[in-house]
Amino acid sequence: MSDLKTAPSRGAKAAGATADYLDQRTGVGNAVKFFARKVFPDHWSFFLGEIALYSFVTLLISGVFLTLFFVPSMAETHYEGPWPSMNGVEMSEAFSSTLRLSFEVRGGLLMRQIHHWAALIFMASIVVHMFRVFFTGAFRKPREINWVVGFVLLILGLAAGFSGYSLPDDVLSGNGLRITDGVVKAIPIIGSYLSYFIFGGEFPGTDLIPRLFTVHILLVPGLILALIGLHLFLMVMHKHTQYPGSGRSNTNVVGYPALPAYAGKLLFNFFVVFGVIALMAGTMSINPVWNYGPYDPSPVSAGAQPDWYMLFLEGSLRLMPGGTEIMLGSYTLSLNVIIPAMIVPGILFTLLGAYPFIEAFATGDKSEHHVLDRPRNRPFRTAFGVSLLVAFGILVLAGSNDLIATHFHMSINDITWAFRVLIFVGPWLAFLITKRICLGLQRKDRELVLHGHETGRIVRYASGEYIEVHKPLDAHERWLRVQHEAIRPLEIEPAEDSRGVRRKGYKADRLRQRLSQLFYEDRVEPVTPAELAAAHAAHGHHDDHAVETPHGVPAQVGAGAPASETAADERNH
Amino acid sequence: MKALAARRHDRRAPALLLLLALLLVGAVYAVVAPSSAQAATKTATADDIAAGEKLFQANCSTCHGPSAAGTDSAPSLIGVGAAAVDFQVGTGRMPMQMSGPQAQAKPVQFTDEQIAQLAAYVASLGAGPSIPTSEMVDPALGDSASGMALFRTNCAMCHNAIGAGGALSQGKFAPNLWGTTPTHLYEAMLTGPQSMPVFNDANLTPEEKRDIIAFIDEQGNGSPGGLDLGSLGPVSEGLWAWVVGLGLLLGLSVWIGAKSS
Repeated sequence: MSDLKTAPSRGAKAAGATADYLDQRTGVGNAVKFFARKVFPDHWSFFLGEIALYSFVTLLISGVFLTLFFVPSMAETHYEGPWPSMNGVEMSEAFSSTLRLSFEVRGGLLMRQIHHWAALIFMASIVVHMFRVFFTGAFRKPREINWVVGFVLLILGLAAGFSGYSLPDDVLSGNGLRITDGVVKAIPIIGSYLSYFIFGGEFPGTDLIPRLFTVHILLVPGLILALIGLHLFLMVMHKHTQYPGSGRSNTNVVGYPALPAYAGKLLFNFFVVFGVIALMAGTMSINPVWNYGPYDPSPVSAGAQPDWYMLFLEGSLRLMPGGTEIMLGSYTLSLNVIIPAMIVPGILFTLLGAYPFIEAFATGDKSEHHVLDRPRNRPFRTAFGVSLLVAFGILVLAGSNDLIATHFHMSINDITWAFRVLIFVGPWLAFLITKRICLGLQRKDRELVLHGHETGRIVRYASGEYIEVHKPLDAHERWLRVQHEAIRPLEIEPAEDSRGVRRKGYKADRLRQRLSQLFYEDRVEPVTPAELAAAHAAHGHHDDHAVETPHGVPAQVGAGAPASETAADERNH
Repeated sequence: MKALAARRHDRRAPALLLLLALLLVGAVYAVVAPSSAQAATKTATADDIAAGEKLFQANCSTCHGPSAAGTDSAPSLIGVGAAAVDFQVGTGRMPMQMSGPQAQAKPVQFTDEQIAQLAAYVASLGAGPSIPTSEMVDPALGDSASGMALFRTNCAMCHNAIGAGGALSQGKFAPNLWGTTPTHLYEAMLTGPQSMPVFNDANLTPEEKRDIIAFIDEQGNGSPGGLDLGSLGPVSEGLWAWVVGLGLLLGLSVWIGAKSS
C-alpha cells in the first residue's frame, strides 16, 4: 500500500491532472467540495421525491427513443403490417406509426411500455412525495414557494400525461379529447371560440396531433425541467428538513455527507427506479392501442377511462346528475359540465396549492421551520390532508364505477348514488375520524411521557396495595414526544378600546381568529418540564426504584407503602 | 325441325316450362341463399320433437307455460327458433338458476342431444332463426380487420373494446366474450338474448357476423406487451402501477433507508 501512496498510478495521475485542468478553468472544485459536504438527513420518506425525479429521467430517455419513430401527423394512411385485425384499415399516420413502433421496431414496444409505466409512476410518486411534505409540514416557512413550485410540477405532470396519451390517436384517447372538447366548450362565452382555436376548427380537425406533439415533447418537458431545477435549487438553498429527534433543531442539519457513501445511495436509487419500471414494462402490457383501433368520433367502448391521475375528473363527470343545463334565452349554461369539470377540481386543487398560506395565516407564525412535524401533532392539518385524499379517492372510484359494478356484481346505478352521497359525507367523516385519532395518539404520547412504558409487572405492597411498575422513557424517547411547540388559537385585541371606540381592522382579526380556532381549538399540549417534574414527584420514585432494583421487590413489599403512594389518584396507573 | 316445332306447341309445354323454371329457381335459391333452417330442423325427426316436448314439460313449462306461450314471469317461446334455445340452454343460462338482474351463464344442464331435442321442439312451434352451420361460424373464413371495424361500431360500447365485458344498468352486464363458442356468438347476435339487441341478417349479414367472430377469436389470447391485466384499460393499469410499481418502490425505499440507520 505504501508503494501506491508514494508512486500514484498513471490512471490516478491522469484523473488528477484532468480535475486540475477543469478546476483552473471553471472553478468546479468549489462546487464539488460544496456538494461533497452537503448533508442529507436519512429517512426513507426523503426518497419519494427522488423516485419522481428518476422516473422523469426515465421518461426523458425513453421519450427520445419514441420520437425517432413516431410520426405526429393526422394524414390518412392504410395500415399494412403484422397485426391482422388492423390490416388495410384506414387510420392516421400517428396511429400507424405507433403500431409500427410497437410491432416492427426492435425494442419499440418495450420502450413504449417503459415510457407509459414511467408516466404512471411519475405521477404516483409526485402525489406520494407531495403528501409526505404535506403531512410533515415541510411546506412551512421558508419553503412555501417550493411547495408552489412542486404544485405547478404536479399540474404540468397532468398536462404532460394527458398530451402524451392522446398522441397515438386511438379511440380511447380520442374519447378523452372529445371530453376535453366538451369541457372547453362549456366555458361560458369563450368556450366555442376556444375549442375552435385549440382544434384548429371543428373537433377533431387535422391540427391537434402535431400541436399536442409540440406541447408534449417541447413545451411541457421544458417547463418541467426548468421547474425541477428550481425545485432542487431551493431545496439545496433551504437545506433539507429533518425529522424531530434528539440533537436535531431548526438551526442544524443532522445527516450524512454526500461523499463518500450517500452519493452512491442516490445513484443506486436511480437504478432501482429504472429497474422497477423496466420490470413492469417487460412483463405487463400498458395502453395496447391496437385493441382500441384508430380514432373515429363515433365509437366509444365500455370501460373507457383516462389514466389514473385524470380519473378524478372522469369520476366527477360521472357523478354529476344530468339535466342541470340552464337556458338563458338562446344561450346554454352547461352546469352539468362546469360544476364537475371546473368547479369541483378547482376547489380541490386550490385548497391543495394554497394550504401553506392558509395555515400560515391561521397560525400567525413567522418563524422558520426546518424540523418536521409528526402528523399527530397537527391534528387539523393531518385530518384536512386525509379528507382531501378521500375526496380524490372517491372521485377516482366513481370514475371506475362500471368496473366496480362488473367485478363485484353490483348495480352501477346504486354505486353512483352511493358515491354521490359519499363525496359530501366521506371527506367530512374522514376529517373527524383522523382528527380524533391524532388527538388520541397525542394523549397516548402524554401518557407515555408522564408515566412511562407499561412493564406488565404487578407489585403488591405490604399494605395490600397493588401497583403496576412503569419503566420511564429514556431521554431520546421523551424528547421526541415533547419537542413540538403547542399552537394555540390566536388572541386578538378587543373590538373596542377603553373609551368604547371601535377598533379598525377588528373584523379581519376576528376572521383570522375564527380560522385559528378552527385549526387549534381542539388540541393536546405536550408535557411541560413542570408537569413532568410533578408527575415524577407524585409517583415516580417507586416506579424508578422498582425498575432499578428488580431484585428488591420483596424488600419493597416488606417496607410497606408511604402514604403518598396510596393516594386515590395514583392507584390506577 | 317441323316435328320439334310442332312438339313445342304442345299444349302441355307451358305447364312443363313453369315447373322447370320453379325447380331452377328453387335450386338456385337453395345454393345461393344463406343456408338457415339446416342443422337442427333437417335432422330433427318427429321423435326428437316428441322427446323435446317431454323435456320442455319437465324443465321449462313452470315459467314458460305448458304450451310455451309464456307466463307473467317468462316470455313466449313460439317463434324464437332453435338458435335461441341452443344459445340459452347451451350456455347454461336456461334453465334459470335464480331470478336476478339477468340470467347468468352456469354449467350446462343438458346433454347436446337433449339440447337438440329441446331446440327441435321449440322450432316446431313456429318459424324462427335456426342454428348456424359450422361453416357459417368458422373464424378462419372471416376477415378480422372487417370484424374489428364492425365490433367497434356495434358491440364495443357494451362488451369493451375487445370483448372483455362491461357494465349495464341496474346490475346487468355484457359478459366477456373470449370463452364463448363461435356458434353461440352467432346465435347471440341473431337472437339478441336478454339486454342484447337483435342483429338480424339485414343489420349484419352472415358474412359480417363471421368477421366479428374472427375478430373475437383473436382476442383474449394474451397481449404482445405481456400480461394483459384483464384488458380493462387504464383503470387496471393504474391499479397495478400503484400496487406493483409504487409497492416495490416504497418497499425498496424503506429497505434502503433502513440499511444505514
